[in-house]
Amino acid sequence: MDQLPPYKILPLGDTAIIVDFGNCIDKSINKLVHAVFYRLQDKPIPGMIEAVPAYCSITIYYDVLLIRNKLSKQTTAFEWMSDKIKEYLFVERNEVEADPLPINIPVCYEKEYGPDLDFVALKNTISVEEIIQRHMAIAYRVYMLGFLPGFAYMGLIDEKIVSPRKQYPAPVEAGSVGIAGKQTGIYPFKSPGGWQIIGRTPLNLFDKEKTNPVLFKSGDNVKFYSITKDEFEDIKNRNA
Amino acid sequence: MLDTIQDLGRFGYQQVGINPTGAMDKYAATIANILVGNAPGEAVIEIHFPAPAIFFERPAMIALSGADFEANINGRPIPINCPVIVNKNITLQFHSLKNKSRCYLAVHGGMKIVEWLNSYSTNLKAEAGGFAGRKLLKDDIINLNNEAGDYKLTDNEDFRILPWKANEDFGTDSTFEILVVKGSEWDWLELSSQEKFLKNPFFISHNSDRMGYRLASEPLHPGTTTELVSSAVSFGTIQLLPDGQLIILMADHQTTGGYPRLGNIISVHLPMLAQMNVGDKIYFKFTDHQTAENLLLNRHQHLMQLEIACKLRLENYRHEMSPD
Repeated sequence: MDQLPPYKILPLGDTAIIVDFGNCIDKSINKLVHAVFYRLQDKPIPGMIEAVPAYCSITIYYDVLLIRNKLSKQTTAFEWMSDKIKEYLFVERNEVEADPLPINIPVCYEKEYGPDLDFVALKNTISVEEIIQRHMAIAYRVYMLGFLPGFAYMGLIDEKIVSPRKQYPAPVEAGSVGIAGKQTGIYPFKSPGGWQIIGRTPLNLFDKEKTNPVLFKSGDNVKFYSITKDEFEDIKNRNA
Repeated sequence: MLDTIQDLGRFGYQQVGINPTGAMDKYAATIANILVGNAPGEAVIEIHFPAPAIFFERPAMIALSGADFEANINGRPIPINCPVIVNKNITLQFHSLKNKSRCYLAVHGGMKIVEWLNSYSTNLKAEAGGFAGRKLLKDDIINLNNEAGDYKLTDNEDFRILPWKANEDFGTDSTFEILVVKGSEWDWLELSSQEKFLKNPFFISHNSDRMGYRLASEPLHPGTTTELVSSAVSFGTIQLLPDGQLIILMADHQTTGGYPRLGNIISVHLPMLAQMNVGDKIYFKFTDHQTAENLLLNRHQHLMQLEIACKLRLENYRHEMSPD
């Protein structure tokens, strides 16, 4: 980063602190967020419990008791963390990651698995075939994980397939690929969801037996490719 | 019925969307553990009413804390916030909901639960952690770590109440005035709604669970049409929903959210909130970090004193029971 964008330091209650770089979905800001996140992983602030990167903010949970009893008897733990985090914000240009190689994810875009394909087509006056082509054409950045264990918020999608959220959440099957606004994502679990569902992957996005149970991490680069229903079943059976 | 194995929460995995879960009332869960000489983070059972009947195949030292469900063995009352030795082949039952809403059961030595990502807590969404990743069901058997526990009860003694207890109500008060640290999107609320937030009562609606409490009140209005890009939320975050009502995120909250964050309940007031029931009324009042942190330090000091006292009493009791 040549210049640090404007930021705000805000409390999230009495046990966490947010560094907010503005309310936006922006790749360079998200890369800055992650550069700060990696720095914190590498050299955690004493008293830090964990850090949660999001689109344009990073939140740090901290141990008030440890900080007040051991590190900062004069000021509040919040003031102490506000001060410490500033040392992490001036990220060098070489710390900002390049786009990694894409992870290829198979998706079956049949209507059986993509019940909202017709809605997205109607909304954007394009064909279902074009939606699929445009959705597969771009390698997406995983901007953040949240909402459900392992749910990756990816973007940005082609303007021609941008679609609003559903007014009321509907039941969604595990592996469903959805779009909402300029974002795309995959539901790791069967869940109520408000995104428009255009396909489904046979891959397991979450495996609790693994040391790292989640397939994606933020900063990943993800590309989708189309598979038939038979291929979907094959992969599904192999993973079962 | 939703009875689950919990502890003080699973931290370090919110970056991949795995939410901390943990006991709703961490203060009561800690007290129950301390009373039986456990570390504060040992696994406990979080019990809601109607509560299960729990059969003990072996003798055990237990403690209940939090809600009073009028626990009893063979009709004789078992007090809360007090260690109790129960004999083998007896059944612990709960008669009625006397107050609060969640009761915690701790067992001396802890329960044989496999940790998932460094925590015993049940993550219902991920179907992981706790007891098979799910709520407890009829006929489930939970093994205890201290199975050979010999507590020197005579055969005709169903239970023995030990002569020490915890002062449960430290730091809580009954006015239901909840202290709040201002949230990052507080300014998004229009001025008259800001006034209402600090003046009006809010009622806990029936649509409330371990994920969050939906509140009912006069609707509040944002003064902006800006939409929030998803960012972290926490246990105690107060969000403004599109219909103008509020939700307070509780122990099973998502890691991130996109609704404006008007404030956050301070840590020491979360247990009080966790013990409320549908229809209960609360008021919000802003506070600062100095106050919130000092309250937390005081509470911790109280728990540490209790821990030392309980360990001492337990040690003395063991000596009395097994004279050299």
